[in-house]
Amino acid sequence: MPLLELRGVTRRFGDFVAVDNVSLSIEQGEFFTLLGPSGCGKTTLLRMIAGFDAPDGGTILFDGRDLLGVPPEKRNLHTVFQSYALFPHMSVAQNIAFPLRMAGAAADAIRQRTAAALEQVRLAGLGARFPAELSGGQRQRVAVARALINRPRLLLLDEPLAALDAKLRESMQAELIGLQREVGVTFVYVTHDQSEALALSHRIAVMNRGRVEQLGAPAAIYAFPRNRFVADFIGECNLLPAELRAMAAGDIQLEVRGVGEVHATHGEQLAAGARGVLALRPEQVQISSGRLPEDSRNAFGGTVEQLLYRGDVTVYTIALAGGARIQALLPNSGGGRAASFAVGASIQVGWRADAGHFLPD
Amino acid sequence: MAKSALRKWLVGGPPLAYLLFFFAAPLLIMVVASFRGPGDFGGLAPLLSHDESGTQLNLTTEAYERFFSDFLYTGLFLKSFGYAALATLLCLAAGYPLALLVARSPRKYRDILVLLVILPFWSNFLIRVYAWMMLLGPQSFVSTALNGLLGLAGLEPVSLLYTPTAVVVTLVYVHLPFMVLPLYANLEKHDPALLDAAQDLGAGAWQRFWRVTFPLSLPGVYAGAALVFIPAVGIFAIPDLLGGTSGIMIGNVIKQQFLDTRDWPFGAALSLMLMLSALALAALAARFGRGALR
Repeated sequence: MPLLELRGVTRRFGDFVAVDNVSLSIEQGEFFTLLGPSGCGKTTLLRMIAGFDAPDGGTILFDGRDLLGVPPEKRNLHTVFQSYALFPHMSVAQNIAFPLRMAGAAADAIRQRTAAALEQVRLAGLGARFPAELSGGQRQRVAVARALINRPRLLLLDEPLAALDAKLRESMQAELIGLQREVGVTFVYVTHDQSEALALSHRIAVMNRGRVEQLGAPAAIYAFPRNRFVADFIGECNLLPAELRAMAAGDIQLEVRGVGEVHATHGEQLAAGARGVLALRPEQVQISSGRLPEDSRNAFGGTVEQLLYRGDVTVYTIALAGGARIQALLPNSGGGRAASFAVGASIQVGWRADAGHFLPD
Repeated sequence: MAKSALRKWLVGGPPLAYLLFFFAAPLLIMVVASFRGPGDFGGLAPLLSHDESGTQLNLTTEAYERFFSDFLYTGLFLKSFGYAALATLLCLAAGYPLALLVARSPRKYRDILVLLVILPFWSNFLIRVYAWMMLLGPQSFVSTALNGLLGLAGLEPVSLLYTPTAVVVTLVYVHLPFMVLPLYANLEKHDPALLDAAQDLGAGAWQRFWRVTFPLSLPGVYAGAALVFIPAVGIFAIPDLLGGTSGIMIGNVIKQQFLDTRDWPFGAALSLMLMLSALALAALAARFGRGALR
C-alpha cells in the first residue's frame, strides 16, 4: 500500500483550475518531487496534502485513510515552509521542541530529543539563539529539524532551498539527501528548479497547468521527455519542428524544417504525416571539423555562429546549411578541444539516431 | 559637516524649543511650586521674604509631609490606580478580540473598520461623557431595564450614575480606541505563515493563540496598556461628572487644590507624586515586559 495516494484530486479557484484531476502514489521512504513552473499547481497540491486547503474533487489517502476533514494539526505529517516560518519569539531549541510540546511530551524527553535533533542538523550549541541571529542555511536546518522531531510519516518541503544562494543550495541538497536516507521519512518536495529536482529525487512528477505531464525517475524524464513541455522545462533542449515520413521498428524518419531528413526514435506506433518536434539534447550533438564518428547516422554541414565558454563546457550555436539553428554542448575536458572551433568556422555536426526523440503534437 | 549640523538644528530646533518652553519649563515651575508655601489668599507665598535678619528663601517640604502623613491621599492614589488598572484590563479584554477581528478581516475592509474604531473621536470628549450621564441616569432605559430585572428577582433597585461603576465603564468607553489601535498595528503585521506552521506542527486553535499570536502581540499590548492607563489614572472630568462622591479620583483632588482650595503647593506636590508613581509603574512594566518577551 502506498503511503500517500492522490486519486483524481482537483482544485478550482473560480474559473481557474489550479489542480486538474491529479492522481499519484507515493511509496514509503521515497523522495518524491513535484516539479513545475510557478502557477502549475504544485504548491496548491502540497497545501491540500498538509490540510490547509481542501480538494473540490477527488480523494487524498494517507496510509489508506481518507484525509478529508482531518485538520492539519491532526495529520501525521509536517511541512517545511518556503519562508521557514520559525517562531521569532522562541529560541532555536524552543522552536525545535514545539511539536513535542504540542504532543504533550515529558520535559525530560523534550530536552533529550531537542539536543539530539540539534546535533543531527549540526546546530549543537546554538539552541539558545533566536532565529533572527541565524544565517539562512542555519534557519533552514532549524526548520527541517523542527518538522522532523516527532518523527512524522511524511515531510512536505515547499521550495526549502529557494531563499539560499547557489553555493549554499548545493551543499544543502547533499545534506537533505543524507538526512532523508538517515531518518527514512518519506519526502514530498516542491520546487521549480529542475536541476534541484534531478539531483534530489527518486521520482519526479513534472506539473504544468494543474496536470502531471510526466512521472518517472529523473534519468528517465531527462532522457525520454514525453512531450514538448517536459523536454523544454527539464534541462536544455533543441526543439525543431518536424513531420513524420516513415516508421519502422522504433527507427523513424523525420523531415525536420531547416535541417533535412533525420533519423530518430519514438516508442509508439504513429501514422506517417504526424507533426511534432524533434527533441535533441545539446550534449548529444557532436561537432567535427573533419569526419564524424561512425555512429552518427545524422550528419549535416554548418557554421559556428556563437560560442559561450562556461568553464566546464562550451555551448555552441550552429547555423545549419538548411537554415535551422541548433545548440551543441561540448565538455572542455579534452585538452582545449572544445575551444578549437572558432566563430565562423565551417564544421560538421552529427548525432546518433537514438539521440533524437520525436514528440508528436 | 557644519552644514549638516546646521540642518539638524533647523529641523530639530523648533520642536525642541517648543518642548523646552511648554513642557520642561512648566514642569520645573511645578517642582519649585511644590516646595513653596501656600499664599495667604491662595496661590503661592513669596519665594523671598525680607525681615531684620535679611533676605530669606522660603522653601518647605510641608506639602509632601502632608501627603505622607494622611493616608487619605495614598488611599486615593491606590483607588485611582485601581480604577485605571481595571479600565485597562477591560479595554484589553474588549479591545483584543476587536483588534484581532480587524487585523484578520480581508484587506479591503480593514481601513473602514479602523475608521469605525476611531469614529467616536469625531465628537467632543465632554459630549461623549455627558451622553453616558444620560445612558446611566435613573430615567434611562439602561437603568429602568436593569432595575426591572432586579425587581423581578426580588432585589433592591440600584442607581448607576454617580458610582465607581459609572466611572470605570466610561473610562473603558473613552479609552478603548487607544487600546485597539496599537494592538491592531501589531497584529496586522503578523506573518500568517507562523500560524500555518504552528497548526502544521500540531497546535490547536487555542494553542496557536497563546503560543504564537499572543506572545508576538505583547509589544502592542504594552503600548495599548500605557496609552490607556496613563491618561486614565489622572483623569478628572469623568469622575467629576459621573463619579459622585464615591467615584472620586486623585485627578479631582488635584483640580480642587488648584481651582477651589487654591493650595497650589499641595496641588503641585500631588501632581508630581502622580507623575512619578505612573513613571515608576511604567518602568517596572517595561522591565517586566522585556523579560517576558524573551
